[in-house]
Amino acid sequence: MSTHLDITLTVNGERVTRRIEARRHLIDLLRLDLGLMGSHAGCEHGFCGACTVRVDGAIVRGCLVLAASLDGAQVETIEGVSDSGEIRDLQEAFVARNAAQCGYCTPGMLLTAAELLKASPAPTREEIREHLSGNYCRCTGYHAIVDAVAAAAAKRNGGVVR
Amino acid sequence: MKAPPLSYVRAATLSEVFQLWRDAGPESRLLAGGQTLLATLAFRLSEPGTLIDISRLRELRGVTQAGSSAIRVGALTTHAELGRHELIRSHVPLLAEAVPLIAHPAIRNRGTIGGSLAFADPAAELPACCVALDATIIARNAADERRIPAAQFFTGLYATALRPYELIAAVEFPIAKAGERATILELARRSGDYAMAGLAAKVRLAGTTLVEPQLVFFGLGERPAVAERAMAVISGQQVLASTIAAAQAALDADLDPPADQHGSPQTKRHLARVLLARALKRLAGTEDARAA
Repeated sequence: MSTHLDITLTVNGERVTRRIEARRHLIDLLRLDLGLMGSHAGCEHGFCGACTVRVDGAIVRGCLVLAASLDGAQVETIEGVSDSGEIRDLQEAFVARNAAQCGYCTPGMLLTAAELLKASPAPTREEIREHLSGNYCRCTGYHAIVDAVAAAAAKRNGGVVR
Repeated sequence: MKAPPLSYVRAATLSEVFQLWRDAGPESRLLAGGQTLLATLAFRLSEPGTLIDISRLRELRGVTQAGSSAIRVGALTTHAELGRHELIRSHVPLLAEAVPLIAHPAIRNRGTIGGSLAFADPAAELPACCVALDATIIARNAADERRIPAAQFFTGLYATALRPYELIAAVEFPIAKAGERATILELARRSGDYAMAGLAAKVRLAGTTLVEPQLVFFGLGERPAVAERAMAVISGQQVLASTIAAAQAALDADLDPPADQHGSPQTKRHLARVLLARALKRLAGTEDARAA
């Protein structure tokens, strides 16, 4: 039982070990300890979705996960999936449709949309809206974001738009 | 918006949980998915001192058939796992229907059924589902296990029948019988937010007659509210306009919703009536529930 502890985890394929405060959440670990500024801290109580990252392959709210609980975990951030090229088409669609304005919500939106397209390759606009419902955007009014996700899905399906 | 200073310890086995818990004292909290607990810590609504991480305990995982008539869901089953599990989809379909209403995908990937029930938020879906389905909460302490009917589990606002140093190990749901139908409906400002008002309903259909109906409202009081009078009104009836109207009128005596950030008691009573009409039509399969 301690207020500080040592953890080792994999972040974007790289093994990292840090001594952290027990109360530290994953986003502060990524941003403050590891310098990965692509994951954003918004509301810090699970409401806004700006801090969405992947843990062991599934998206989570980074502010609702204690870093201390992640010893041995695999974490992926927007930096990792950008470098790997995994979501390049989604990112290009976001640019083409002007779906990123201030950009604060964008990393979370992209990772959430990527999970949707993996589980459901041809989502309807309603399904896209539903899946992104936990991610706030204060600039775009969402239409451009839904357009971008729909366009990326359509491109993956050989141009079929639902 | 940062959690207060705290200590953290991860339990490797269930018996170790109880030892660590005693050592840390009654103010300490168990950490499962953390999707509610960590938000309350960020708000400094609680200062538990120590968090005991139970999230890796195999003993509390898994969805299995328990005998011929029940499905046992381990307390650490996440909402996402619940929604896609074949045993749940075939035998306890109300739970699978409820999952998309619970928060958002990233939260469903981590939040657990045990955590939701232990926290007992009056606007949460799973407590109401457990009451509507007559589920049994399986509680464990260091010495033994006891079975608590869901109807007796939720004792008040964020309050349960769990005793000090007792945790939820699993939940058992009766397998849906032939002719049984269930549905869950809610009204929320944003899809996935806590409901302004919600209803988990179950009934057996004998032809078109409603038998043994269960109507459990959530977000309308301190705990899941069983609408006994409305249930009595619709029992043995068909879903006709007159049945719906009589059941809606009976809700006045069943529910006593306090005002909250979503509206006045009158608003909440109105929402309950709307949900009841939609649910009855959906259960009867008479028309598109959205048209109500």
